[in-house]
Amino acid sequence: MEDITREFVNKDYEYGFHTDVHTEIIEKGLNEDVVRLISEKKGEPEWLLEFRLKAFRYWQTQEQAVWAHLDMPEIDYQNISYYADPTANAKKDGPKEIDPELMKTFDKLGIPLEERMALAGVAVDAVMDSVSVKTTFQEKLKEKGIIFCSISEAVKNHPDLVKEYLGSVVPYRDNYFAALNSAVFSDGSFVYIPKGVRCPMELSTYFRINAMGTGQFERTLIVCDDDAYVSYLEGCTAPMRDENQLHAAIVEIVVKDRAEVKYSTVQNWYPGDKNGKGGVLNLVTKRGHLRGANSRLSWTQVETGSAITWKYPSCILTGDGSQAEFYSVAVTNNYQQADTGTKMIHIGKNTKSTIISKGISAGKSQNSYRGLVKVVAGAEGARNYSCCDSLLLGSRCGAHTFPYMDIHNDTAIIEHEATTSKISEDQLFYCQQRGISAEDAVSLIVNGYAKDVINKLPMEFAVEAQKLLGVTLEGSIG
Amino acid sequence: MLEIRNLHATINGKEILKGINLTINDGEIHAVMGTNGAGKSTLSNVIVGNPAYEVTEGEIIFNGRNLLEMSTEERANAGIFLSFQHPVEIPGVSMTNFLRAAVNARYKAQGREQLSAGDFLKLMREKRKIVELDNKLTSRSVNEGFSGGEKKRNEIFQMAMLEPTFCILDETDSGLDVDALRIVAEGFNKLRKGETSAIVITHYQRLLDYLKPDIVHILIDGKIIKTGGPELALEIDENGFNNYIQQ
Repeated sequence: MEDITREFVNKDYEYGFHTDVHTEIIEKGLNEDVVRLISEKKGEPEWLLEFRLKAFRYWQTQEQAVWAHLDMPEIDYQNISYYADPTANAKKDGPKEIDPELMKTFDKLGIPLEERMALAGVAVDAVMDSVSVKTTFQEKLKEKGIIFCSISEAVKNHPDLVKEYLGSVVPYRDNYFAALNSAVFSDGSFVYIPKGVRCPMELSTYFRINAMGTGQFERTLIVCDDDAYVSYLEGCTAPMRDENQLHAAIVEIVVKDRAEVKYSTVQNWYPGDKNGKGGVLNLVTKRGHLRGANSRLSWTQVETGSAITWKYPSCILTGDGSQAEFYSVAVTNNYQQADTGTKMIHIGKNTKSTIISKGISAGKSQNSYRGLVKVVAGAEGARNYSCCDSLLLGSRCGAHTFPYMDIHNDTAIIEHEATTSKISEDQLFYCQQRGISAEDAVSLIVNGYAKDVINKLPMEFAVEAQKLLGVTLEGSIG
Repeated sequence: MLEIRNLHATINGKEILKGINLTINDGEIHAVMGTNGAGKSTLSNVIVGNPAYEVTEGEIIFNGRNLLEMSTEERANAGIFLSFQHPVEIPGVSMTNFLRAAVNARYKAQGREQLSAGDFLKLMREKRKIVELDNKLTSRSVNEGFSGGEKKRNEIFQMAMLEPTFCILDETDSGLDVDALRIVAEGFNKLRKGETSAIVITHYQRLLDYLKPDIVHILIDGKIIKTGGPELALEIDENGFNNYIQQ
């Protein structure tokens, strides 16, 4: 099988192009002046600058944790630029003008920013490097009282909301990268769904890293008020570069009484080349707070890109009767490394969480699931079901599972299942005898394996994700 | 249709086929009988191109093409079908999706237009009836949770979907009760068109009662040691292989 699979032609990363657009980039390096400069460029109020500076001072006292099953290259924080603005030129011409090159870039990525050309029923906030380029359908959403804009805009137009919730789910002291992000975060999306409103479209943010030698520090904040509903999707790509690029993001979600949030991610950052050179370091803190009674939150992620992925989209189930779900497919190929999973913290009564994780490792990659299920003493009647499966393609990759359980209440019912399997030569041969090429057979088997998670994605994106799984694994099973 | 000349093949370095010669004309059914370990399954695996086997000598010509230079899926799409002795399970992949991929690949190779989802499902319904395969089985994962008999029926069902011109039935009768055997054999007969040829590998006469081979070969220790008409199978059924092994 090693032979068959090595024969596959390795398809190149499809989104690896660079856009030639005038970009204002601040000098490399990180100190208090840089933090002040970012805040100034964005015209932020004093309280936000204070927030950043506190975070920065805290970050300076901290060291990067080493517990993840990752071989992390040393990051030189002084050799990164923390702010890159591809819209700087256009801004001089007037605030509404968008550089046609930027429009073209997003077109090429399949994300048209002209509302008339957009995917039906999807509003997009397009972020390149440190700046939101455009947010579509804002007017239409406004009619329902929904706020969907870049976080920078939200700071200007809805400062009270931002001030109330920013850092309320992921405090800057949470971890090393959360502190860094809180100090230098640039753009990301802000969503507020008012009481009783069901958001009529999918909201989505598309992140693109373009400029060289820069990091992207996305910050997203979603607040879903009582009885409201929103489905949100995040996508990401980057050009091919020899160097590692840093993406350190924070996503915070607040879910109130009986509200529901679905958050889906299709992560396709540049994974590095076949020899493990370059690629995005994807170091992300995502957390949702189910504050309200009977609130619901689901994280669905399809992780195929990045040289290194370190993320644990988590849920704090404070509201009684709240329900949280985590569905994940993480694919690693060549020299990619992923250490990903979730944390479910049960605090309210009769809370319920579900974890379905499907790891797929190929090439010489390492793929780890790491998850915590915690039930505090007062959380009567908590339930958790976890299922963590690993699929190995070839014999040079690794799959690891690190489930942690911390249960302080006897009424909790916790179930955990885990399997590890391999695509066998017999299965491939059977498919090939029916005329299906080895490549298509692998894609068929992998998609079958991942379908429980893929089915949770909004339909348009499920189709994309299926294709992506096939492409990502081409040339993989060596 | 198929011509095998002086075929030698090994698995893990051990020689199993030691010079097979076999010519199968259009529309003929050949039975291959023999003791366990004689090389019957090796022969079928080598014809369809199982990469676990290595051909060390000889050639196989299929409708004028050098089969040994073709990949496994090329051979399949040229019309060669193997009904597996032990069909493998593929968890997570539904029979419907699996067959859709297979039929699409076949049509593509033939330069035919792909079937729409509706037409494909209709075709599945029609073909399923031929082997009386339960509807619920086609919505399950490939061979997962199928009984032994259901797996064999499922093989013939796939054959019906793919319409091969050359079939190998590798001990399709093993593990089947009398009724299932009849359904499978009659299904095969219904599907066979005039020019379809087949190799039927079996230990027993009872399958041949239905399939009526034109020619019967006895394979012992990697070689065909005797070839005859249908009466040869009856003789084996009565006396076993002992006469031939001692020779």
